[in-house]
Amino acid sequence: MDDLLRDFLTESSENLDKLDNDLVELERTPGDLARLNSVFRTIHTIKGTCGFLGLVRLEHVAHAAENVLDQLRAGRLAVQPDVIGDVLAAVDTIKQVLGGLEQTEREPKGDDSALVSRLEHWTHDVEVIASAPSAPSAPSAVPRRGTAPTAATAPIAETAPNIETAPIAVPEAPTAPTTASAATVPDVHDSSAASVSPAVPEGNDRRGQPDGADGKSALSETTLRVGVDVLDKLMNLVGELALGRNQLLQLASSHDDSPFAKPVQQLDRVTTDLLEAVMKTRMQPIGNAWGKLPRLVRDLAQSNGKRITLLMHGAETELDRQILQAIQDPLTHMVRNSADHGVESPAIRREAGKPEEGTIRLSARHEGGHVVIEITDDGAGLNAARVRRKAVERGLVKADVIDALPDAQVFRYIFEPGFSTAETITSVSGRGVGMDVVRSNIDAIGGTVELSSHFGRGTTVRIKIPLTLAIISALVVGSASESFAVPQIGIVELVRVTEEQHTLVEQLQGAKFYRLRDTLLPLVELRALLRLAPADDRATYNIVVCQIGEARFGLVVDDVYDTQEIVVKPVGRLIKHLPAYAGCTITGDGRVIMILDTTGIASMAGVSSSETREEAERAAAAARARATAQADAQESVLLFDAGFPALQAVPLSLVARLEEFPMSAMEEADGHFMVQYRGALMPVIAANPAIDLRAIDPRPVIVFSDRTRTIGLAVNEIRDIVEDTLLLQRKAGRPGVLGVAVIAGRATEVIDTDHFLRFAHGDEIEPIAGVAAPAVST
Amino acid sequence: MSRAELQADASAASAHHEYVTFRLADQWLGIPVMAVQEVLVAMRIARVPLAPDAIAGFLNLRGQIVTAVDLRITLQLPPRNADAEVMNVVVRHESELFAFMVDEVGDVVSVASDTVEPTPATLDRRWRTACTGIVRRDRGLLLVLNVHEALRLDHASG
Repeated sequence: MDDLLRDFLTESSENLDKLDNDLVELERTPGDLARLNSVFRTIHTIKGTCGFLGLVRLEHVAHAAENVLDQLRAGRLAVQPDVIGDVLAAVDTIKQVLGGLEQTEREPKGDDSALVSRLEHWTHDVEVIASAPSAPSAPSAVPRRGTAPTAATAPIAETAPNIETAPIAVPEAPTAPTTASAATVPDVHDSSAASVSPAVPEGNDRRGQPDGADGKSALSETTLRVGVDVLDKLMNLVGELALGRNQLLQLASSHDDSPFAKPVQQLDRVTTDLLEAVMKTRMQPIGNAWGKLPRLVRDLAQSNGKRITLLMHGAETELDRQILQAIQDPLTHMVRNSADHGVESPAIRREAGKPEEGTIRLSARHEGGHVVIEITDDGAGLNAARVRRKAVERGLVKADVIDALPDAQVFRYIFEPGFSTAETITSVSGRGVGMDVVRSNIDAIGGTVELSSHFGRGTTVRIKIPLTLAIISALVVGSASESFAVPQIGIVELVRVTEEQHTLVEQLQGAKFYRLRDTLLPLVELRALLRLAPADDRATYNIVVCQIGEARFGLVVDDVYDTQEIVVKPVGRLIKHLPAYAGCTITGDGRVIMILDTTGIASMAGVSSSETREEAERAAAAARARATAQADAQESVLLFDAGFPALQAVPLSLVARLEEFPMSAMEEADGHFMVQYRGALMPVIAANPAIDLRAIDPRPVIVFSDRTRTIGLAVNEIRDIVEDTLLLQRKAGRPGVLGVAVIAGRATEVIDTDHFLRFAHGDEIEPIAGVAAPAVST
Repeated sequence: MSRAELQADASAASAHHEYVTFRLADQWLGIPVMAVQEVLVAMRIARVPLAPDAIAGFLNLRGQIVTAVDLRITLQLPPRNADAEVMNVVVRHESELFAFMVDEVGDVVSVASDTVEPTPATLDRRWRTACTGIVRRDRGLLLVLNVHEALRLDHASG
């Protein structure tokens, strides 16, 4: 391709992207003369170069658009959506022609006469009428521009002559009275503000504008256009250099007083700086991925009769270009979702008491080694009930579980493949479409995506992505004498379980869990998962706690070595299909080791969804209590009466204390009873919903606690403490009861303390029945 | 069409084909010399857990990752003895590097193009699909390896 043409193409495509945004912005702030001028210059430059290169079609369209912009500049035409719409259409045509040029080096054929005549319409009519005497039409011209598209020509024609004469006489103050149309002058000035007076002096000399070369030349002295392939090559080479450096460092460190120590150190420092500098060349402001969004939002708003403002913050936040490319589509998709389904029509918004104009806010910022991008709209929000129903319909979760899940967790189903509520008619429910693609794109670059929403108030999508992919920080671990790298990004903490703490690892139906603080962490044996060796019973555990979205799991490895900066290399197409790996790398001593993909490992091991974890937790709690209950040895059991036909029992080992609280100590707040207990507020829950807590004073309360939570269980009467075996004869019939055991010769219900702890402290907290319901005598 | 085939075709115009020859069990095979980047003696190979059987692992060739493919497994030959020597024929295929693990590497042979015959239908199926042609030599048949097929592991993966 001809150099001239290639330069023209690259330059134009950059300018045109900017043009879209400038035009959209201009539509919002019609008075922004600087912007108008910049738009004019861009089109003018394109037109000029086209003539030079003999691109007839392009020149024709650009010329027509330029004339319209010139009218705007001169204030003879007011900025209004229709005019901007036509100019945008011209920009689209120019882009399309440029696209064809790039592929075939020839202007694609096409008929632009409709577009050109639409554009000419704006200039043509103005010119004709402008040349006619203005005075007669003046009084009728009072209705303002922009009110109706068809009415546009008349008022504008009317105002034009006034401006042409008035500001020239008194440039600063357009009060210049031509009596006939005095009313129109301030009006025009008012709406297109600054654009009127300064533009006029140039108005007569339509094409006499400098074409912006001044602004560009300053820039070209400090920047250089370099092919992406050159940068990629450079990145690869520096990666290799870093690997060589690592090898040297390792060698040098094994000899105590090597003469190479100093030079190697120097090399190390320079390499690190070089690496950083090269990485920087690949960084691009995230604004580059946002470039097309204002136009997108504008067009969607126009076609749906909505009013939407797109606010963008942090466009200068820099990201590796590889990542930038990967997030471009997901971002576009989500902004489109917000504009299309999120923000409501003005009428609905007015009814809901919201401003008619909706807002979509896009923000980016650095946070640690990550970039956090948020897309927030103040639209209709997600209907949690609908998502719940859909999730159940699709069989993603059982109906009895879904109601217990908090909204935040329910919304996560939106990212499930094929999860779409689109067939229901409301626009709100269409939001699931394609979100699985968004998530898989973001997963692919090691990012996470979360969604929060308040019905009626809007939705926020939060994306967290790594800064760069090429070089990452990784923890090197060993399993069955092989080494693997685990990206630091996915690691939350490292836990070492010694032999004495062995009981913290629990085994349930073949799966292992580690009791980490108040949660059960599913464990994945790396050696078993990768079929390296059988997962023998081990005495100690090295657990790498990994986070995938909101789910966590523990990767059990044999050894934990060190953290290294590693160069990620692709695994090649024969291995690519294996979900366990994110790539491979070469270590300091020249070995190739695999980089584990924690997301892939989680899904291989089936620990990726938090639902599995919760179910496991529930099962574990029950099993634990059952195990306690079924222990052969006799143990102390506390018997109490909670107003049920049978007595209830709990192993004394689970009871922290027995207390009695006077009614006056029980405070009712937010529908729950609380007591101040040892310096903290402790919720008090009735063992039987039918209990009226006020009926007995003082109230006997059994205090339970686990590591972090404490609750009081209100009962009617503590009966006894007996020594017996807790052998469950029957399974539980209702929540809160593990089963029935024969204790001291009587059928007794063994309660599930974990149920009450969760009930009081989980999200599922509900008003205590006894508070709301009238007392049932016990 | 694979790069190797393309190159094989390109050189068809000239009177001779050149092949790097290598042995698997007692069969000699050839790879068009243009497709071969280099020949390596046994190197440390990093095993890739869960990979198809034919993939022995990755090796580090001056900082580049090379996928090692054991042709004995691809071609369903009996595995070699644990202490047997292995040579690696490194080929570049679709801009990726692969090392074919073979038993022995022989000379580069030049073969008049009209002596390369299509693989006969009577040839064992696994050889037929893996080869693009045969050359009759005094010391027996030389099979021309189809690099593209040899790297299609779906029929050989474990």
